Amino acid sequence: MKLQVNNQTVYAYTGTQDLLPDQDTIVFIHGAGLDHTVWLLQSRYFAHHGCNVVALDLPGHGQSQGTALSDIQAMADWVVRLLDGLDIERATLVGHSMGSLVSLEAGARHPQRVSRLALLGTSLPLAVSEPLLTAARNNDHGAIDMIALWGHGRAAQLGGHPVPGMWMMGNTVRLLEHSPPGVLYKDLNACSEYRTGLDSARRIHCPVLLVLARQDRMTPVANAEELIHSLGNLHTVILEDCGHMMLAEQPDQVLDTLKGFISGGQAG
Amino acid sequence: MAGPRYPRFDTLTLHAGQRPDPTTGARAVPIFQTTSYVFKDADQAAAIFNGERPGHVYSRITNPTNAVLEERIAALEGGVGAIATASGQAAMHLAITTLMGAGSHIVSSRSLYGGSHNLLCYTLPRFGIDTTFVDPREPAAFRDALRPDTRLIFAETLGNPGLDVLDIPAIADIAHGAGIPLLIDATFTTPYLCRPFEHGADLLFHSATKFLGGHGVAIGGLLVDSGRFDWLGSDKFPTLTQPYAGFHDLVFAEEYGPAAFIARARKEGARDFGACMSPTTAFHILQGVETLPLRMQRHIDNTRKLVAHLDAHPAVESVIYPELAGHPDHALCKRLLPKGAGAVFSFVINGGRAAGRKFIEGLQIFSHLANVGDAKSLVIHPASTTHHRMDADALRAAGISEGMVRLSVGLENPDDLIEDLDRGLYASQK
Repeated sequence: MKLQVNNQTVYAYTGTQDLLPDQDTIVFIHGAGLDHTVWLLQSRYFAHHGCNVVALDLPGHGQSQGTALSDIQAMADWVVRLLDGLDIERATLVGHSMGSLVSLEAGARHPQRVSRLALLGTSLPLAVSEPLLTAARNNDHGAIDMIALWGHGRAAQLGGHPVPGMWMMGNTVRLLEHSPPGVLYKDLNACSEYRTGLDSARRIHCPVLLVLARQDRMTPVANAEELIHSLGNLHTVILEDCGHMMLAEQPDQVLDTLKGFISGGQAG
Repeated sequence: MAGPRYPRFDTLTLHAGQRPDPTTGARAVPIFQTTSYVFKDADQAAAIFNGERPGHVYSRITNPTNAVLEERIAALEGGVGAIATASGQAAMHLAITTLMGAGSHIVSSRSLYGGSHNLLCYTLPRFGIDTTFVDPREPAAFRDALRPDTRLIFAETLGNPGLDVLDIPAIADIAHGAGIPLLIDATFTTPYLCRPFEHGADLLFHSATKFLGGHGVAIGGLLVDSGRFDWLGSDKFPTLTQPYAGFHDLVFAEEYGPAAFIARARKEGARDFGACMSPTTAFHILQGVETLPLRMQRHIDNTRKLVAHLDAHPAVESVIYPELAGHPDHALCKRLLPKGAGAVFSFVINGGRAAGRKFIEGLQIFSHLANVGDAKSLVIHPASTTHHRMDADALRAAGISEGMVRLSVGLENPDDLIEDLDRGLYASQK
């Protein structure tokens, strides 16, 4: 669906379902340079199982108009403006990578609007390597290649996509190529510059699910340690044989983990 | 670039799309000779049917063996996904019918495989899809033939029978300027010689029967989606941008993003048209793909030796091969096909139709049949076989002379092939 946020037309995928006032709402927030299609399977499942689904495209991403926002705090506030536009009081926020930082920050800044947080492929600080930042700043395709290579687990780089006939690396590369020039850098820089995440984490009181991946080279498990210690009401799941692109690499495992967390307030 | 690199082409030919079987540990790709798949529970069944979980339902739509082949070809071509089909013709039909319906128009190269020409010229008009055929060597002719209802430009990387090299970047620009995709038949080149997506093509298909298989034992096709075309940026493709009543009002471009085309081709085309590849065929094609770089290089090496030999032979009037300086597309060939211009070429024997027949009958190693891309060398004389009902004028209009012979060069020892050709040429001049 398309709606207006801050006087700009933005897009959010709802699973082709109406948003009903008596249903819980799940907001899915994508990572750097990507869009709502990364949540294809998970968002479609919840939309057809009694939840309102809002898989958004951040400004300047996917089908949303506008300029990409420069910092995580602004993105977090924008997500809440989107909830305002949809007349949704509270929602579960599910974020991947950059989207996990946006979710965390939204939970800290607007606790009354967030019922649960699921942070996937995350770490704090979410440091972005200098070669990647430089390539992204120059709109060099090398930035996309680095994300594709570092973003997928070892096995996934040779394929075996759970969705028959699909080439995972190709889809990641193409999605990032669709991102307008400058957007990927802005996103990565926002991740790198987000230094208040641990303080924000300490202000979170709602249930939190952390989903990490053993072969994640972009947000390694070890780099989530401080975040884990800063969060109170937390359950952590580590996916084996999986890289940062867990939504595509292990869609069922991610879905089942989210189902357990969202249905019972307990992590799966 | 710092850090790791993508696996190279020849590594992908062996590994892409496959992980050792988790149940048995089988290293080779198993043949999953099954029609259907048991669901774990009712919830999983419903979720797979509704596109909420990945999985197999029925082998007309997906199959684990086919999925390895599909993913491998998508990887080799640099696309986002692929669908294995019953034949190359089925792949072409699937591409067209996924994009358009009655009231649509295609601009196509006129230098085509006969089966493709038949589909476009005689069959699709019955379903309201018309085609205008143009000279592939004239990019402007593609632009001039565009109409408001044009939905696709189609051509082969190497045309038939003159081996016209398609200027893919120029034709892609024309297609994109009109807001429509470029579909390529890449059968003759395979991704080893040319990767059309790198030159701007949006969709491509293969007759996997030919060089991808290489053994001449299985008929199959593969349709590949680059994931590059901006379907939402055009109002010409409602199958991808409007709700689809056949799948709960799913809007493919919104839901699948770069994979919109290949998702619709599978969820509708594979489901409804049903021209699927058998898993045993997929296994056979995979055996060929695993040695594609080695075989294609040998095909090219042998072809170059035969071309050089025939080009200097007194019984040969002319040789048609883009790597020869006299070929009209020589410069384009050097730019787009630096690794080789394929292993199919034509030459003209002195003496016309009768000499052509004698040549064929004088051969011992080359097999006289209507196919290309086999590991074994093949030959056909169009004037006395595929085009035998045509008189000299009609043949000329089709770019075929009475003494023209088409060779598909195999993997035999090149000296044996040259001796065989000499045998035939000697017989042809008696």
